[in-house]
Amino acid sequence: MRIGVVTFPGSLDDVDAARAVRLAGGEAVALWHGDADLKSVDAVVLPGGFSYGDYLRCGAISRFAPVMTEVVAAAHRGLPVLGICNGFQILCESHLLPGALTRNDHRKFVCRVQRLRIENNRTPWTTSYAENAEVTIVLKNGEGGFVADESTLERLEGEGRVVARYLDVNPNGSLHDIAGITNEHGNVVGLMPHPEHAVEDLTGAGTDGLGFFTGLAALGAVPS
Amino acid sequence: MTRYVVDVMPKREILDPQGKAVLGALPRLGFEGVSEVRQGKRFEIEVDGEADEARLEDVRRMAETLLANPVIEYFTVTVGEDAS
Repeated sequence: MRIGVVTFPGSLDDVDAARAVRLAGGEAVALWHGDADLKSVDAVVLPGGFSYGDYLRCGAISRFAPVMTEVVAAAHRGLPVLGICNGFQILCESHLLPGALTRNDHRKFVCRVQRLRIENNRTPWTTSYAENAEVTIVLKNGEGGFVADESTLERLEGEGRVVARYLDVNPNGSLHDIAGITNEHGNVVGLMPHPEHAVEDLTGAGTDGLGFFTGLAALGAVPS
Repeated sequence: MTRYVVDVMPKREILDPQGKAVLGALPRLGFEGVSEVRQGKRFEIEVDGEADEARLEDVRRMAETLLANPVIEYFTVTVGEDAS
C-alpha cells in the first residue's frame, strides 16, 4: 500500500508519519503542498504541525494549497485520508469533515500522554483496533477543542462517526470529549492526538498508535 | 480605490478563550465593571474602483471563502473611507 504524506510549509510531523507508515509495512510517498499531484497513492496522511504558520486560522490557508484540490477531489471519490492534529484542522477547513477546532478552553498548549477509546473501527484507518479498544497515544495541541452545532453533534453520534473519544481527561474542551471523527462515507478521518508518535517502544507512549497505519498496510499485502 | 472593512467575530455560542484572557486581565489593571470581552479580527481590503454592489459582493465572497470560518465565526462588511 502506497500512502502519501503531505508536507506543507510549517508541517512538523510529516517525517514521523512517513516513518509510522513504513513501520506498519506500507510504502511512504512524499507529497508536496505546491504540487497538484497525488502520485497515484492509495491513501493520504495530512500530518501535524503549524502549516502556513497557522496564519488566519489553523488550516485556513493550507486548504487552498494545490495538493489539497487533489486531496479533496480524491476524498470525494473514496480515497482514505487521515488528518492528524493540524491535518484534522485542514480537513475541517476543507469541509471534508464537519465542525471546527478552536483554541483549548484552558488557553494553554497541552502536551500529554492521552487515553482514548476507538469507538469506530470500521474506517480504513481503524480496522486494526477492536471496537471500543482503549489505547494510549500522544496528544499535543493549542487549538484542539472540537466544536460543532447541536444538530451536527447529534448526527455524528447517531451515525457512529465519532472515531475516538478522550478518556479520563478532556484535554482541550472538545464537545462530547471528541478526539476524532469521520465523514459520511468513513474514508476521511480527523484525529487530534498523534498516533504517529506512538509506534515504537523507544520513544513516546508505547506502540498503540501503530494500528492507525497497519490496517491500510495490511490491505496492500493482499494480492489483488 | 475603495477600502472595505471586514470584521470577523467568534459566534456568541463559541467559547472565546482569548476574549476571556483579556477579560481576566482588565480588573488586574484596575479597570472595573467590565463584564465581557470578545476578540475578533478586522481586515482592511483595498479594491480598485468605486464601491458598488458587485464589488461588495466580491468582498463578501472573500469573507465567507477565506477570511471567516462560518462554522465558528460571523462577519460584517462595510465600505470604509477612501483609501487614497
